[in-house]
Amino acid sequence: MKIVVLVKQVPDTETNIKVGDKAINESGVKWITSPYDEFAIEEGIRIREKSGGEVIAVSLGPDRVIEALRNAYAMGVDRAVHIKVDDYVTFDSTYTSELIANFIKSENADIVLGGRQSIDTDSSQVVLQVAERLGIAHIAMALEITIADKTVTAKREIEGGTEVIETLLPVAVTAQKGLNEPRYPSLKGIMSAKKKPIETKKAEELGATASKLEVVSLEPPPPRIAGRKLEAADAQSYASQLVKALREEAKVI
Amino acid sequence: MADVLIVGEIKEGVLKKISKELVTAGRKIADSQGGKVHALLFTDAPDQYSSELKGVGADTVIGANLGDFQPEAYASGIFGVIQEKKPNVVLMPHSSQGKEYSPRVAIKANAGIVADVVAISLDGGKVVAKKPIYSGKAYANFKVSSDIQMFTLRANSQELIAKEGAGAVEKSNVSGGEAKSKSVSKDLSGGNKVQLADASIIVSGGRGIKGPENWPMLQSLADTLGAALGASRATVDAGWIAHSHQVGQTGKTVSPNCYIACGISGAIQHLAGMGSSKYIVAINKDPDAPIFKVATYGVVADLFEVVPALNDEFKKVLG
Repeated sequence: MKIVVLVKQVPDTETNIKVGDKAINESGVKWITSPYDEFAIEEGIRIREKSGGEVIAVSLGPDRVIEALRNAYAMGVDRAVHIKVDDYVTFDSTYTSELIANFIKSENADIVLGGRQSIDTDSSQVVLQVAERLGIAHIAMALEITIADKTVTAKREIEGGTEVIETLLPVAVTAQKGLNEPRYPSLKGIMSAKKKPIETKKAEELGATASKLEVVSLEPPPPRIAGRKLEAADAQSYASQLVKALREEAKVI
Repeated sequence: MADVLIVGEIKEGVLKKISKELVTAGRKIADSQGGKVHALLFTDAPDQYSSELKGVGADTVIGANLGDFQPEAYASGIFGVIQEKKPNVVLMPHSSQGKEYSPRVAIKANAGIVADVVAISLDGGKVVAKKPIYSGKAYANFKVSSDIQMFTLRANSQELIAKEGAGAVEKSNVSGGEAKSKSVSKDLSGGNKVQLADASIIVSGGRGIKGPENWPMLQSLADTLGAALGASRATVDAGWIAHSHQVGQTGKTVSPNCYIACGISGAIQHLAGMGSSKYIVAINKDPDAPIFKVATYGVVADLFEVVPALNDEFKKVLG
């Protein structure tokens, strides 16, 4: 079984974001592996533990993403590939998916795994674009995967509940929270991850076409409607004030 | 000319509001250059929905019957309609279905795509799409440079504008092709009565509700308001409620008109999922809870007293 896991490095949710003209100011930003991608790494490793084979972690971005690949090594992947591109083309999902799909074609993967979305752009695009480019089926929002021979059965989240679907390998899978509990890397794992090789691929080698997105500008979030704390003597009075505010001021109910 | 194709959504025979929001956004784009708005629905009875879509500006309402949702089939069907109608702009919902077919449609059409867009404007004949990034701590404006510009729109992000379109009804014979996966079974028992992603009002509970036995109190308020029931990560992790109710970074991103946070402290991960709500009500005993920083109306009080009182008060005025 050859398993490719797509790993994206993103700013930690807690980190302070300083907005520049077309990019953020990266100084002081703490970078992490996007949480859903950690579910994907864990699942890849579990499938290998059961069925044998190889897990390859792939990350696209500038040199800093190597840290995310080292984290994947520490968790237990077998190989790590850095697709080296200048950062902000990563906003372009079709550019990203083209490079990744071209890499995966050379590897003949049975399973492509990734998070259901990355927590920086929340686009939910890249993994399924890769599936389309490879001409393979996908399972989105996976909560449980079983592989028997070539048949993949999965429970996944759908609007209002869950669904069991069935498909054949090769398949692309996006991980939803609940798929597994990602392991914490051991100290030994972290130490040995530092010495493991990172394979580097350049965009030109992978034959990407031009980016299809233009970043016009970045801006701080719009100001919120000014808020206020209500003052009241008892619950009843709070309730009537709130109803009045929501119906007459906000006009939302 | 800038023709726009929007892909609407029907659930249990009812047109979802996002469909009209997409037409409204599409109308704005088409009007800037004298184009048409085509609305595609997956149904064999497009005439049932045509007046609703016509009322917000749809020129054509196209019905294509591709059966139950299957992402590859829907993507092929949409691409088929793109080839027939040759739109310059395609707008799709950032719904659970839209998130599954839109990536495939973009690749088939060799188009750039911006997903989870909350506002559309125009600049020199090109769409400028605004979307939150980094958990809403910044907003980015993008243009798509390919011949076809694609976007998925977040529900509740567009104010509907009444505008009469031509409203011609068409049936399309596009096919879905061969699907590579099949649905074996569905379980819709544990879900929300009102879907979080579409809800215009959400009543949400956090650790402050003290235990799962107190959800009925919030559900009752939600029922009065026709709202969806949301939950913080802490309550989901504690096993008090299913993950499908979770709002926030590892749950759902929502954008309702009104979000009523009960006993939710407002961790950054929670704010990331609901910070774009238009009006936020926070009910919490702790006056220093971070949720009050984003709240339009803050109530520093015991939710066990305020929520039932609020429910009674709303019942009175809403009948």
